[in-house]
Amino acid sequence: MKPRQKRLAIVVGGVAAIGIAAALILNAFQSNLVFFFTPTQVASGEAPQGRAFRIGGLVKEGSLQRTDITARFVVTDTAKEIPVTYKGILPDLFSEGKGVVAQGSIGPDGLFTATEVLAKHDENYMPPEAQAAVDKAHEASRTLKQ
Amino acid sequence: MINWFKFASPASFYPLAGKLWPWFAALATAFCAAGLWISFFVAPTDFQQGEGYRIIFIHVPASWMSMFIYCVMAFWAVIGITFNTRLSGMMCAALAPTGALFAFLSLWTGALWGKPMWGTWWVWDARLTSELILFFLYLGYIALTSAIDDPRRADKAGAIVALVGVVNVPIIYFSVKWWNTLHQGASVSLTKAPSMATTMLWGMLLMALAFWMYSIAMSLYRVRAIILEREHHAGWVAELPEMQR
Repeated sequence: MKPRQKRLAIVVGGVAAIGIAAALILNAFQSNLVFFFTPTQVASGEAPQGRAFRIGGLVKEGSLQRTDITARFVVTDTAKEIPVTYKGILPDLFSEGKGVVAQGSIGPDGLFTATEVLAKHDENYMPPEAQAAVDKAHEASRTLKQ
Repeated sequence: MINWFKFASPASFYPLAGKLWPWFAALATAFCAAGLWISFFVAPTDFQQGEGYRIIFIHVPASWMSMFIYCVMAFWAVIGITFNTRLSGMMCAALAPTGALFAFLSLWTGALWGKPMWGTWWVWDARLTSELILFFLYLGYIALTSAIDDPRRADKAGAIVALVGVVNVPIIYFSVKWWNTLHQGASVSLTKAPSMATTMLWGMLLMALAFWMYSIAMSLYRVRAIILEREHHAGWVAELPEMQR
């Protein structure tokens, strides 16, 4: 082997070793890298017990109730649901049917008391007219099914 | 067949870079003007975020660039270690400040967008944290190479940082797929149709092109300064017309 082939082999081997090490480390930290837990994960007991954590999902349609500055809503991942109560100002993008991430803890009655609520935006960007067209199409397909 | 090794010598790359960089700078200006015009005046408002979404025209191209420049640095690091060429280390050093700039822009514009949209400037989710690590890798590269006096040794040390750090790039890219993050998934990717309106997409792609051209122009310009600095003892530098004063 020429010296330069040897050096190339060392570089490739080194990067591969670091890559494998990184993959193993990330795999080991898998649960700690999760920013939020879904209601299904909470229901199956994957969420940490006795300390604050974040839940994420969609705000269930028609579930938002406001009294003064306290908001109550239901976070759903379409399989399981968690009722949430939050005292404070909700972010602009917070709305029913949209993504949300809430930090707080869950009580023995299953009610999640949030200390912070963040809106999770999705990757769709479109003008208002396009959104109206999408809604219309959804509406049409729903009426067709019935 | 082009003899690539000819241009691996600083003496022949210096005039080539001098000829090329003004063209890339001109292209960058043109693409930037067109991109910003589409971004601010042509692209429609977003159905949900209103005008605030327009920050993606800077944010997304800057993030792409910050990741891509690090990959290019890693490429030059491999070439430098394998072939022992002097120019590759200089290219690495010339690229790092531009990469750091784009990583910073990405984090900063992201924070400005995050406050009104998410409700927070910063969260420690996988995407944001890995991008912050990328920013620190750039700073670490710059700090390490400037701390070593011998430029050849500085290049070798820097090349190792570039190669070790490149593992972080796929982590940034796939973080939104592998883990639950507050950051949304990719709107534009190679594997599926983009989930955004066409004019918005055009604005973003033009801005990305502008940032590409800017990065090439800046790194060529900077590598010329680095070549002069490191080769100032060489005879060919003394014979340059810009040195005859």
